[in-house]
Amino acid sequence: MAIVETRDVQKLFGDVRAVDGVNLATNEGEFLVLLGPSGCGKTTLLRMIAGLEQPSSGDIIIGGQVVTALPPRARKIAMVFQSYALYPHMTVGKNIAFPLKAQGTPREEQQKRVQRSASMLGIGHLLHRKPRELSGGERQRVALARALVREPAVFLLDEPLSNLDAKLRTSARDELQQFQRQVATTTIYVTHDQVEAMGLGHRIAVMDSGRVRQLGTPQEVYHDPADTFVATFLGSPPMNLIEKPEYSLGFRPENFLPREVYAKDGHLFALPCRVTRLEYLGSDRLVYGVTEGKLEGHRVISKLPSNISVFMQPGERHEFALPEKELKFFDPRTGLRAAPRAL
Amino acid sequence: MTTLERGAAPQAPAKSLGGLLDRPEWLGPLMIGPAVLFIALVVGIPFLLALYYSVSDISMGDRTMRFVGLKNFIAVAGTSNFQTSIVNTFVFAIVSQILVIVLGTALALALLRDFRGKWFVRFLLLLPWVAPISLGTIGWLWIFDSTYSVLNWTLEALGLITPHGWYMWLGIPYLAMGSVIAVHVWRILPLATVILLAGLSSIPHDIHDAARVDGAGYWRHLFQITVPLVRPIMLVAGLFGLVFAFTDMIVIFVLTRGGPYDTTQVLSTLAFFTGIQGGDLAEGAAIALFLFPMLLAVAIGFLRVARRAEVV
Ligand SMILES: Nc1ncnc2c1ncn2[C@@H]1O[C@H](COP(=O)(O)OP(=O)(O)OP(=O)(O)O)[C@@H](O)[C@H]1O
Ligand SMILES: [Mg+2]
Repeated sequence: MAIVETRDVQKLFGDVRAVDGVNLATNEGEFLVLLGPSGCGKTTLLRMIAGLEQPSSGDIIIGGQVVTALPPRARKIAMVFQSYALYPHMTVGKNIAFPLKAQGTPREEQQKRVQRSASMLGIGHLLHRKPRELSGGERQRVALARALVREPAVFLLDEPLSNLDAKLRTSARDELQQFQRQVATTTIYVTHDQVEAMGLGHRIAVMDSGRVRQLGTPQEVYHDPADTFVATFLGSPPMNLIEKPEYSLGFRPENFLPREVYAKDGHLFALPCRVTRLEYLGSDRLVYGVTEGKLEGHRVISKLPSNISVFMQPGERHEFALPEKELKFFDPRTGLRAAPRAL
Repeated sequence: MTTLERGAAPQAPAKSLGGLLDRPEWLGPLMIGPAVLFIALVVGIPFLLALYYSVSDISMGDRTMRFVGLKNFIAVAGTSNFQTSIVNTFVFAIVSQILVIVLGTALALALLRDFRGKWFVRFLLLLPWVAPISLGTIGWLWIFDSTYSVLNWTLEALGLITPHGWYMWLGIPYLAMGSVIAVHVWRILPLATVILLAGLSSIPHDIHDAARVDGAGYWRHLFQITVPLVRPIMLVAGLFGLVFAFTDMIVIFVLTRGGPYDTTQVLSTLAFFTGIQGGDLAEGAAIALFLFPMLLAVAIGFLRVARRAEVV
């Protein structure tokens, strides 16, 4: 177990600033998720932590030791790749034993530890197969077992679930979380899937174009976004954003409901809308509208749980409202969070 | 897909040429036909002819030809220059192939990395392959020449040999074999390197990264990850080179003509000297046919490797 820290880490590929000054520090045994859109530099950052890529500037610190100049094998890390990167010419057993062999672990000890990590992941019966004879889910477990067998100080995972189908992904996510809590090893997990990030992470680092925009618990990044990027990247559909010259105003679609849903008292902010379109999603209903009144002419979305049966029709004007405390203000120039103001 | 096409066939009457060409049972043979014809004419007929010659008493300038059974084979096998040639053939082919594979792998590994002037190194490397082989070999003849040898001159300039200690590269038995092998390696190396380079670059990058993270050092990485993964391609390159070394004679023909004292004589040159220059077509054919079982074994190895490589 160890704390991983990055200090002003930068990576340039020619003119491209893949990672642009990242400062992060994990906690002991934490599950930290790097979340961001494609091409924002998540993989590059993870590879620098692993030692597979040299930072252009800045330092990587693992367990209190500056490891920037050390090769991957000296860093006590294990990595799971998006493609799993199993050695195709070795059996599952040999694959899992490979890191131990490289370490010079005695043979009987190797056997014991391979058995232990294989049975922990439920692949004990597959040890004699070749990777090509495995399903996607089994391969993912082999990759995890190979990472686990050395008892590393840090796990680095790069989108390990993205090659699985939707159903398998849900159960694998569950297992992965249990597994991490069980071994309690510091884990850095890269994904561009916000559901995965919210479900797995103790904390989430939201990244965009090489920078960390916000680092916080799933609740913090969702309910208290630090800027408009985080606000609109998280949530499905994303936060409504009304941009005025003096301020930007954000609110979540699930808080933006027909006026009659809320009790009469309470501090509500009323916002009438003209409904343009309705969408049924089974458990929810999405109402697309255009605001009227003082904040006229902005497109907004309301997400209604399907147990709220308010009748609405496209073209019709309807009173919507949301609790005042759910209003988030942003500076329109910097996009950063700003103090609430009277409307 | 086949059933679909079969089903469509009756609707397209086979009268027009276009209709005919749409039908797989016609199109297939038509496409492969020229290749079969080519192989039959250029490989098949000469081979059958050689088989026939080897059991006859044909010779140049003689119009008659009689069947003599295995007499030629027995006569040839008893001669000492034939026996030396067999040994030489194996030494030449196997030593040069081992060198080619080892050097080719090293070169390919070097060329896989990025460095300044990489294109120029690649260009230099491919040069022996694009230059006409006889010209290149004549260049080597000069390099090895007993009086003007640049090799000796260089060694002397470096102080490694004295002016009286100049080597007769092509005139001393072991040196001659070494020289011939060196030139053959020089010649085959580009092709082997390019093939191995293709094999090496087809290994997914993640696998190398995984090995580095898993703590493999340079040699473990090379021998437990990289080499096993290119082994099928390495074997194909090796077997291909082996066939080439067994059958090709230009290098030896230009450099030593099998000398000194037959120490670089191989089966292909011996067959040429006996059959064409010596005029004894029947014995020449018999010598050449001794190569056939070896080549067959190599070809079978080839096919098995190719099939295994498909599965991995
Ligand atoms: N070896 C490289 N050479 C040049 N540019 C690179 C290289 N690797 C990454 N980049 C660039 O750096 C940026 C960040 O890439 P990175 O792979 O870290 O993104 P990512 O966040 O992992 O994206 P994804 O979610 O699609 O995997 C991209 O713009 C990419 O084009
Ligand atoms: Mg990535």
